[in-house]
Amino acid sequence: MKKREIQEINASSMADISFLLLIFFLVTTSMATDKGLFRTLPPPVEKKEKNEEVEVNKRNIMLVLVNSSDKLMVNGEVMDVSKLKEKAKEFIANPANKENLPEKEVVDIPLLGRSSITSKHVISLQNDRGTSYQAYIAVQNELVAAYNELRNELSVKKFSGRKYAELTEEEQDAVKTFYPLKISEAEPKNYGQAAGGAQ
Amino acid sequence: MAKFRKEGGKRLPAISTASLPDIIFMLLFFFMTTTTMKENTMLVDLKLPEATELTKLEKKSLAKYIYIGVPKRELQKQNGTEARVQLDDAFAKKPADVGSYIAQKRDAMPENDQPLMIVSLKVDKDTKMGVVTDVKQELRKAYARKIYYTANERANAY
Repeated sequence: MKKREIQEINASSMADISFLLLIFFLVTTSMATDKGLFRTLPPPVEKKEKNEEVEVNKRNIMLVLVNSSDKLMVNGEVMDVSKLKEKAKEFIANPANKENLPEKEVVDIPLLGRSSITSKHVISLQNDRGTSYQAYIAVQNELVAAYNELRNELSVKKFSGRKYAELTEEEQDAVKTFYPLKISEAEPKNYGQAAGGAQ
Repeated sequence: MAKFRKEGGKRLPAISTASLPDIIFMLLFFFMTTTTMKENTMLVDLKLPEATELTKLEKKSLAKYIYIGVPKRELQKQNGTEARVQLDDAFAKKPADVGSYIAQKRDAMPENDQPLMIVSLKVDKDTKMGVVTDVKQELRKAYARKIYYTANERANAY
């Protein structure tokens, strides 16, 4: 008797089936990573030290107020968001060593050597409860942009033309010490219209 | 002397497709493992604000989400048209809910990751800051200090 061979299962449709599954997962996958502005909130205020506000020299503060109609006021003068970045850059770096801009301090920074930095500067951001989120993010964004640009300029100058993002971790830390990100968000208060700049 | 080949004597052998399923399966498994099904159904309308200086959220597993915005149209009858805070699949009833939500999420994380938790705020761009500030205060109280303002990329700077 002739021996019957077991027929091989036809596997040509396997590819189709797996293609189908593949396409399903391709469609449902969301590879889009979230992007945004990273921030660290200050620790909660203890009850007893509630009324104690830290005394900061006036020249070291840049007060940014955003009122309920999304208008901006910086140190008492009305300003457009588009000008905020330049203003903040001048404030943070104080290149001309002006009297009314933050005081400088000579610090030893690894990799950068002795450098005078405005270590005490603070950008104080205050907003109204009626400020729109878009306006708030726009202001935050401009301030971060100011820091990023300064850090880039410094790293291009000091580390042979490399941008901040291309530096090693230690070099980045050095640049960060040179331009520390200091944006403080005030304890929430209720403003009607933005109050006077001097406080 | 070399033999002349007859024209069309030999056909090209058909390319074997036997390995095709394997390749596809490999791709399939890749996507199966990287896929994350959408974790929450959105109860609020979200149009994220736009910004230029964005950083990527590296570890998604460390991120917990809070959504703030106006309830979707079909939910406005019960929930009103004011901006609300969405935690998981429900609206927060009172501001303090945010704190307990965060505490509960943090407890569910592995212990090593707990201090690294990031709260990603997905806020509609027309929301008033009052609501956002309240949530931020609650986060401070709950010691969830690392936050992330999620935004969309904007092409041009000011």
